[in-house]
Amino acid sequence: MALLDYFFKKEKQVTTASKAKERLQIIVAHERNSRNKQPDYLPQLTEDILKVLRKYIKVSDESFSINLDKKEGDLNVLELNIELHDELNKD
Amino acid sequence: MARIIVVTSGKGGVGKTTSSAAIGLGLALKGHKVVLIDFDIGLRNLDLIMGCERRVVYDFVNVINGEATLNQALIKDKRVSSLSILPASQTRDKDALNKENVGKVLEELGKSYDFIVCDSPAGIEAGAMMALYYADEAIVTTNPEVSSVRDSDRILGMLASRSRRAELGLEPIKEHLLLTRYSPKRVEEGEMLSVEDVKDILSIPLLGVIPESQAVLKASNAGEPVILDTESDAGKAYQDVIERLLGEEVEFRFIQAEKKGILSRLFGG
Repeated sequence: MALLDYFFKKEKQVTTASKAKERLQIIVAHERNSRNKQPDYLPQLTEDILKVLRKYIKVSDESFSINLDKKEGDLNVLELNIELHDELNKD
Repeated sequence: MARIIVVTSGKGGVGKTTSSAAIGLGLALKGHKVVLIDFDIGLRNLDLIMGCERRVVYDFVNVINGEATLNQALIKDKRVSSLSILPASQTRDKDALNKENVGKVLEELGKSYDFIVCDSPAGIEAGAMMALYYADEAIVTTNPEVSSVRDSDRILGMLASRSRRAELGLEPIKEHLLLTRYSPKRVEEGEMLSVEDVKDILSIPLLGVIPESQAVLKASNAGEPVILDTESDAGKAYQDVIERLLGEEVEFRFIQAEKKGILSRLFGG
């Protein structure tokens, strides 16, 4: 049988390895994207939040930070850090 | 300054401990002072692969809790005097490790060793993060198989974002790909991802290719790291890995299937 196989197997067929590679390339690219990507709305959201905050308190750019963190699974955490200075209490 | 190398993978069962043992011992055989640390708290196994399981008195967590000194916990290898092993704890206090106390132990070890090889647990939980946090280099152990490759990519993401080097904005961790359980014959038959395929997907430099080998199970049965089996294909492949880690350029072996003669190809066998 090996003799027959030798002559008939020559036609190229899609191997499982090439299927594996193709699937991996797609999923890995997809996962890398979602790992690195900041959502498009983040800069605008930052500005809007700052606007609202500044209606009430003094916030300098340095004392404010915003961060969107991907935790395990589907959990996303939006983290806001605002430093309040003592002098704010005076007015 | 000691080189801190983490052997990691994401997926379990791909050969992290086998590789840690072989690489640690191999570096020590070259005359370097090496300490192997088992980070798999609760599931220690490096001691067994190294063949020193009956000599464990104190462990990593004992040292962290101040119940033993480093010197009490370190086990000197009986084959190579420049190699020591720091076993993991078998009890379940996984939370015993934190960045601060692990950092102190590594700093202490760094004073007297050239290489600190950290055997990471599987997964992406706290233990694995702790093993990679202080690393200067990472050996990403991968099988030529879809789930292992995907998990390795995940770990590459962690190395780039969750390590000390990433947090401090230092030069990133140097990444090495170690492809294990490789079967050139199956690659040739189109049944297994090739070295090139995996390199294409993960795009990190190749450190070594370890062929699927019966020598690995024999080595773990005996508690003798496979690199000591100098006649075996896996042993030789790990020796090449050591040369490359030490900066030598070595040609890759065991990535081509053995050529069959025309007769056996025609008539099977």
